[in-house]
Amino acid sequence: MLRDQAWSQLMRAAQAGDRAAYSRLLREITPFIRSMLRRHCSHTQDIEEMVQDTLLTLHRVRRTYDPKRPFSPWLASIAARRGIDGLRRRSRVARHEISTEFEAYETFADPAANSDIEALGAPEEVEQLLQRLPPRQRQALEALKLKELSLKEAAALSGQSVGALKVNTHRAIKALRALFPGR
Amino acid sequence: MRYSRDDETPNDELPMKTDQIIDNLAAALAPVRVLRPPAVRALLWLAVVGVVSAALILRFTQWGAILPRLQTPRVALETAATALTAITATIAAFELSIPDRSPRWAWLPVPTLLVWLAASGLGCLTNGLGTHGADGPMGESAHCFVFITGASVPLAIGLFWMLRRARPLDALPVAAIGTLGVAATSAFVLQFFHPFDVTVIDLALHLAAIGLVVLIGTALRRPLLDASGDQR
Repeated sequence: MLRDQAWSQLMRAAQAGDRAAYSRLLREITPFIRSMLRRHCSHTQDIEEMVQDTLLTLHRVRRTYDPKRPFSPWLASIAARRGIDGLRRRSRVARHEISTEFEAYETFADPAANSDIEALGAPEEVEQLLQRLPPRQRQALEALKLKELSLKEAAALSGQSVGALKVNTHRAIKALRALFPGR
Repeated sequence: MRYSRDDETPNDELPMKTDQIIDNLAAALAPVRVLRPPAVRALLWLAVVGVVSAALILRFTQWGAILPRLQTPRVALETAATALTAITATIAAFELSIPDRSPRWAWLPVPTLLVWLAASGLGCLTNGLGTHGADGPMGESAHCFVFITGASVPLAIGLFWMLRRARPLDALPVAAIGTLGVAATSAFVLQFFHPFDVTVIDLALHLAAIGLVVLIGTALRRPLLDASGDQR
């Protein structure tokens, strides 16, 4: 109860533009969001994505919080919605992915089509290629292409401007093409 | 590979840490004006729509033909149920647009909607399949369809503009219930320009018009309601 009142006061200050209060509030509520989402999902990385989505959504809808009402139910509704979206996204991805312990690289009927995959090797190598990109290009590519965030969401997350994100994504794709073996 | 917990990504700019996101969000914080309670906003909207509707009704209604109709219990019930559906659906849409409101608000317009449909259906029993004029195969009924869909467009644009300010987390019920309110508002005003009894064709076209409005509003919910890119 006391915790809720404290959060409510911090949120009210944040609505008025108090950045220190907002930062403190977001740091205090993050473990609460995390533990709430953990009840519905056991995958640590997915949970963290949902936590981050919840924080972004809270930022976007912060004007809808009515300081006369308790804060926790408002926050819990946002986390629940982002949790549902996260689980849907996960099941969508799972439908298109095959998890196997075998080295199943032979994916295409045409053997020539497999050459790039074979040349590339395991996903770790893709990760290594990504690691070779400059940090801001990698950040832009991950936010826009892997996480599929909107430009403005990615800008808020990364601190890069929308224009910089576009340029860095373009450069990252170009750099990856150059890094691909046999290209 | 994407964003990870703070303790999993030491000494690396990427993947982005939750702490870093918090810093970015705090740095981007701008003061916001807190939205008024959804019921207040709904009543403001209904007041504006009510004034415009009253002006149209007073200006264009043929009272000599309408007043005797409104005195029959079935038509009075149908008109009242239509108005109440418009009011309750609008209130429900505003409530549903706020994160911590119960999804059960979606049921609010259902009782009056059922009464409205039942009263209209009752009228059909006495009037059958007849038409009201020689304006094409469906007579005046086609005009009703055009009126409901046409009047709903500006109403829906205005309503969605207001609902959008809340950035609804789940736009589907907000759009569906909101457009039901809009279509019911149009149908209510239509009652005053409809100086004849409802036939089966009338009812079918009214329902088709309302269904079309709800369908289009729901289909367009993302561009109209989802302001996910906005940060302020």
